Amino acid sequence: MSETRFRTMKDLPAAHLLGTGTAMCAGCGGLEALHQIYDILGEKTVFINAAGCMTLLAIYPYTPFGGSWLYSAMASAPAGAQGVRDALDILLSKGRISPEEDLTAVVLTGDGSAYGMGLSAASGTIERGLDFIYVCYDNEGYGNTGQQHSGATPHGARTSTSRGRSGFPGFKKDLFAVWVSHRPSYAATVVGSEPLDLARKIEKAKGLRGPRLILALAPCPTGWDFDPAEAARIGKLAVETGVWPLKEYFDGRVTFTRAPKKRLPVEEYLEVQGRFAHLFHPRRNEVLLGDIQAQVDAAWREAESQGLPEK
Amino acid sequence: MSRTMLTGNVAAAWGARLAGIEYLPAFPITPQTEIIETISRWIETGEMDCRMTTLESEHSMVTAAGAAAAAGVRVFTATSSQGLLYGMEMLYTTAGWRAPFVLVNVSRGLSSPITLEPDHNDILAARDSGFLQLHCATCQEVLDGVLVAYRLAEDERVRLPVIVNMDGFHLSFTREPVEITDAAAAARFLPPFDPGNLGFRAGAPLSEAVAVLGGSPYSYFRYQVHLAALNAEAVFPSIAGEFHRAFGRPFPAVETYRCDDAEVVFVMMGSFATKAKAAVDRLREAGEAVGLVRPVMLRPFPSAALREALAGKRGIAVVDQNLSPGRGGVLHTEISAALQGCAGPSPVLASFVGGLGGREIASEEFCEMAAVARRAAAEGRAPEPRLLFTEAERKEMRNLQAIALARGARERRP
Repeated sequence: MSETRFRTMKDLPAAHLLGTGTAMCAGCGGLEALHQIYDILGEKTVFINAAGCMTLLAIYPYTPFGGSWLYSAMASAPAGAQGVRDALDILLSKGRISPEEDLTAVVLTGDGSAYGMGLSAASGTIERGLDFIYVCYDNEGYGNTGQQHSGATPHGARTSTSRGRSGFPGFKKDLFAVWVSHRPSYAATVVGSEPLDLARKIEKAKGLRGPRLILALAPCPTGWDFDPAEAARIGKLAVETGVWPLKEYFDGRVTFTRAPKKRLPVEEYLEVQGRFAHLFHPRRNEVLLGDIQAQVDAAWREAESQGLPEK
Repeated sequence: MSRTMLTGNVAAAWGARLAGIEYLPAFPITPQTEIIETISRWIETGEMDCRMTTLESEHSMVTAAGAAAAAGVRVFTATSSQGLLYGMEMLYTTAGWRAPFVLVNVSRGLSSPITLEPDHNDILAARDSGFLQLHCATCQEVLDGVLVAYRLAEDERVRLPVIVNMDGFHLSFTREPVEITDAAAAARFLPPFDPGNLGFRAGAPLSEAVAVLGGSPYSYFRYQVHLAALNAEAVFPSIAGEFHRAFGRPFPAVETYRCDDAEVVFVMMGSFATKAKAAVDRLREAGEAVGLVRPVMLRPFPSAALREALAGKRGIAVVDQNLSPGRGGVLHTEISAALQGCAGPSPVLASFVGGLGGREIASEEFCEMAAVARRAAAEGRAPEPRLLFTEAERKEMRNLQAIALARGARERRP
């Protein structure tokens, strides 16, 4: 990323484009990421939204977006992007709109759609090589309905549908790998608490064409049960413990953009979230904590064995 | 003008071609597939300037269709049966977007059990979606219906998507003589799409289909869809009149056949109504005053035209090619409601369900239905609804069941 215009934090946009006063929860990590993403993508965009928390960004007659917006449904936002993009191409080719009037189609979806119901539509658009950006704010559960577990929920997390002593028995799906298996133009993981890394990736995605994934971990005070003031710290811990590897796929290669030299123990990330409190109280669940640490370690070992270098 | 032998599917494709469609989101399903195959061939040979995208499902297909129409291009799409139901969420959604496009549905019975031949439960499942509906009985009507549908959909007083329906196999795969409208005349009747305030532009940002909080704004927007659909009923006669003048073919909201002096009439939709027409001719030859009333437009519901057509009739045999389990025929309900509270003596309605999954409705059955309606009119009392099924069919089912059970018994043997 040597060619980036974002070399230090001072280079980041000073003011946000996205309006304030939305219906998102205090400390919403998804909104934090979206602010930063929108600052760089800009208003020459049409956001095609899938049902989720962020559907409530635009409530008649208000919207925080200076650009355009189309709410679709939970399963088919990528198909909405397909229809808009195809129509804009037709209008451009016939001279009915000028190139200056063209827009970038951006899907905005939560993990509930992205990891499940919307996967088929997303897969179809990637395979067709659609020119669009797919932004997923991943708060690891069906947050808008009260944090039931989804395909994005991590092992052991308590959700409103996994309240037992061991939390969610399943494992988080690797959506990044699912996308990469389709050979898209670009795919990246980001988190709002790492704004420089995020800005560089959005900048890079913006300069490319074709299907591009931005997968943003979205620390969720209401769903993960932590004080809204802790959102940025939890985002940083997700990176420093190695739970949320910051990486990108480009030109057939996965690159780690912020691999911690020495990873913090994963329990430093877990113990600050109420959704993992049952791993520590009334007594430590050593087996489950060990399992979670082992999963993180194994994922990094696999990455390192493939010789994936840090930038 | 000369006529060409076309299947209903190819007639639909010709309708789309003459409409100058710009975008075809597609997904294959029997018995619709020939429509998208035909258009894709014309795109490949350069006979049509249209962009085609094959989606991975009908849900996505309808989404893309609505999104592209909302972005300001003329969109055509087609599906059938399970596909229409798979896309159902987006039928309601895109109608709410007020996205004007045309979808041809090739009717086919719904699962379960899975089958291929037609009835109208698929299209009637979309009855309350906000899509307008035109039901065709001939291949010519399919071609004409697509052109009329675009005029309706794009009218600034309407701005709603339209479904043009035809029956699978009986129209989709059946060749009939069709007059292929002259392209220049079609273009005069249907000029290029004027999207008006639709579209997404960098210089003119637009928020479409945003959430509402509370029942009042929700009701407001839903009422708008309803009022727009009612506007379609108001503008339809002038569009149909213009079509008639331009091409010499009528396209009525309600077709009446030998109705003027009829005492008993059949009410039916779609291609099976042509069987009723043949029955009417035979009954007329036998001296019976029988006619046919066929709603072509089902949404908006042409209440006034139907009341006019049914005024003074003594008995009405409503033949539903659909079944609402626990209620009966859907069209019967609609006709009953339309006639409720009309001035003058009320006709007596007899309800029949037939033609499910393409089941034949035989000539004798039409005679019997007419007789039942006549008797009911004489008695002044509606008969019990009838499900058409003959003794011969029952025996054949028993044979099939015997085979099924015999095999099961063999497998259960130790």
